[in-house]
Amino acid sequence: MTTQNPDSADVSTAQDNGQGDVLLSVQNLKMHFPITRGIILQRQVGSIKAVDGITFDLIRGETLGLVGESGCGKSTTGRAILQLYEPTAGEVVFEGQDLTDINSGDLRRMRRRMQMIFQDPYASLNPRMTVGSIVGEPLEVHKIGGNRREQQQRVQELLEIVGLNPYFINRYPHEFSGGQRQRIGVARALAVNPSFIVCDEPISALDVSIQAQVINLLEDLQSELGLTYLFIAHDLSVVRHISDRIAVMYLGKIVELADREVLYENPLHPYTQALLSAVPIPDPQIEKKRQRIILEGDVPSPAEPPTGCNFNTRCPQVMDICRQYEPSFADVGDGHRVACFLYDEVQALDEKGQTVSVTA
Amino acid sequence: MANLIEVRNLQTQFFTQDGIVHAVNGITYEVAEGETVAIVGESGSGKSVGVMSLIRLIPEPPGKIVNGEVDFDGQDLLKLNEEELRQIRGNRIAMIFQDPMTSLNPVLTIGRQITEALELHLNMNREESRARAIELLELVGIPDAGARLDDYPHQFSGGMRQRVMIAMGLSCNPQLLIADEPTTALDVTIQAQIVDLVTRLQSELGMAIIWITHDLGVVAGLADRVLVMYAGFIVEEGPVDVIYGQPRHPYTLGLLRSIPRLDLGRQKRLIPIEGLPPDLLDPPQSCPFAPRCPFVVDKCLEENPPLMAISSVRKSACWVDLSDVEIYDTSADEQVEAVA
Repeated sequence: MTTQNPDSADVSTAQDNGQGDVLLSVQNLKMHFPITRGIILQRQVGSIKAVDGITFDLIRGETLGLVGESGCGKSTTGRAILQLYEPTAGEVVFEGQDLTDINSGDLRRMRRRMQMIFQDPYASLNPRMTVGSIVGEPLEVHKIGGNRREQQQRVQELLEIVGLNPYFINRYPHEFSGGQRQRIGVARALAVNPSFIVCDEPISALDVSIQAQVINLLEDLQSELGLTYLFIAHDLSVVRHISDRIAVMYLGKIVELADREVLYENPLHPYTQALLSAVPIPDPQIEKKRQRIILEGDVPSPAEPPTGCNFNTRCPQVMDICRQYEPSFADVGDGHRVACFLYDEVQALDEKGQTVSVTA
Repeated sequence: MANLIEVRNLQTQFFTQDGIVHAVNGITYEVAEGETVAIVGESGSGKSVGVMSLIRLIPEPPGKIVNGEVDFDGQDLLKLNEEELRQIRGNRIAMIFQDPMTSLNPVLTIGRQITEALELHLNMNREESRARAIELLELVGIPDAGARLDDYPHQFSGGMRQRVMIAMGLSCNPQLLIADEPTTALDVTIQAQIVDLVTRLQSELGMAIIWITHDLGVVAGLADRVLVMYAGFIVEEGPVDVIYGQPRHPYTLGLLRSIPRLDLGRQKRLIPIEGLPPDLLDPPQSCPFAPRCPFVVDKCLEENPPLMAISSVRKSACWVDLSDVEIYDTSADEQVEAVA
């Protein structure tokens, strides 16, 4: 090992010794949106269970990939963690503080430590602001970065970090391509020196040849600045590339969580297996030989999820118990967690989330 | 197999306030009966405009097909009048589009939208067309087809809507099906369902398919032949195995290198294509890929290479010989390890 940033060296050792330092701990997070009826007298007639009880930890310096199909609740999870929505239930402990239980002033101060990069680089930048004011706004809001001149210097420095010409500071977003705009979004997120960034589908809107540029940028920034990422995406190939660990979501729940290589080589949950087999591989020789697991039907509505296991309506290996009880999210060894009754460690839960003993 | 459609030197431009957009700059290719040809390219490469020009679905103005011939079964499609063309569109050449929500009419039932084409092109009466519509919905795997005929598009999920689009596309037994990014708006598990469906239907019905996409993964499992487009030109053409096994144009190579692959172990670092595609308002006279090309030589800046045959089955538009270049450079991985 030659000269390296001391921060990144710390990070890698933290990961090596297994547990490491927990930066963010999410406990039984729920985000339900009410369905109301009536115009003046609104009655709640149900709720969309977008995120329905998820639990995971993020280790400092790692990238956790959160994958799932549209509507599974992965973006809502990211937003609920940052308290952009007020979660229905659960805890989000970030750097030792429960974000669901602090006042708005404290929360605002905490926001300097956690930032977000959005999917659509066209919608997430104000077209009437210059690049300088977009990237400088967080500095202004949090009253950091000193006087005007120092702020401008900081903005130019940030533009340089993300690979944009610092002279672009007075240009407007429409003068940039999609990939360059996404770099502006990254610069804005970095402005306040966060330790944690939620990347919500940061490359989905970009062309293939540009995606790699942004992925490499995110990786470089992580190793230089010791950032921790929650990387939300639907593209499993990209997630495999960038993540250390991966969580798979289906209909508001995490169904499997494992180290990257373990998940791809030994997926346990039938949904993960189907998802992986559905991803096309750009190699005709391999594609000809592959056996796909084609799932029947569509994802059920999150307003009326099925009783028992969420996946039981589409699962190729469904059993009786899956229709009656919800599976627990159990560790089957080495931190590989799965919610599926095919595995002995997984227990049955009743409606209240209490374990029940079931004779199989 | 005989050629079903032959496109020669097709050139389409858009006349805008800012100037002339050179969207498609003289492309030549053919599709044989029953063959699946994939046209791959990024946004703005001209892949959709090029194919939509075949059936003159280009809004005129501002668009204009300025040059070319499209020989379909002995007729030049670009010389037909609107009435003659209508006899071909939706009948012998059918289309399915990317977004199944905006390409279905939200105020008409699914049944009405399918029967419309049947009544128009095949002169069926109400009962016949309804019976055929049920048959088609069953063919594309919509459960309880008879009852769902009277449902509206919003009552279907995205994957189901795309199945309805496919049923409509197939309603008149087309000889050629044009699929414009039909799975881009769908999730991977639904995408697998649709790709599976289209390949099954093709083997049953035997139509030729032009599949337009930016997704190199989908193409690998689907196409017989691939055309790669860049800045309005076809830059590489050949059988799918050959193109993926040994790309001979730097752009194709760059695309394959820049995408992470699910099946390979961790690639140390992706190799992006640096820079941006050229501005089609003011296209360069040189090779359009030259400013981004790692293999660029002087000749590239002087003259745009034409699409040249480099073997009996493949063509490439490049002055440089890439036959010794590996796609996934394994020695680079070792180097990275050594540095770390």
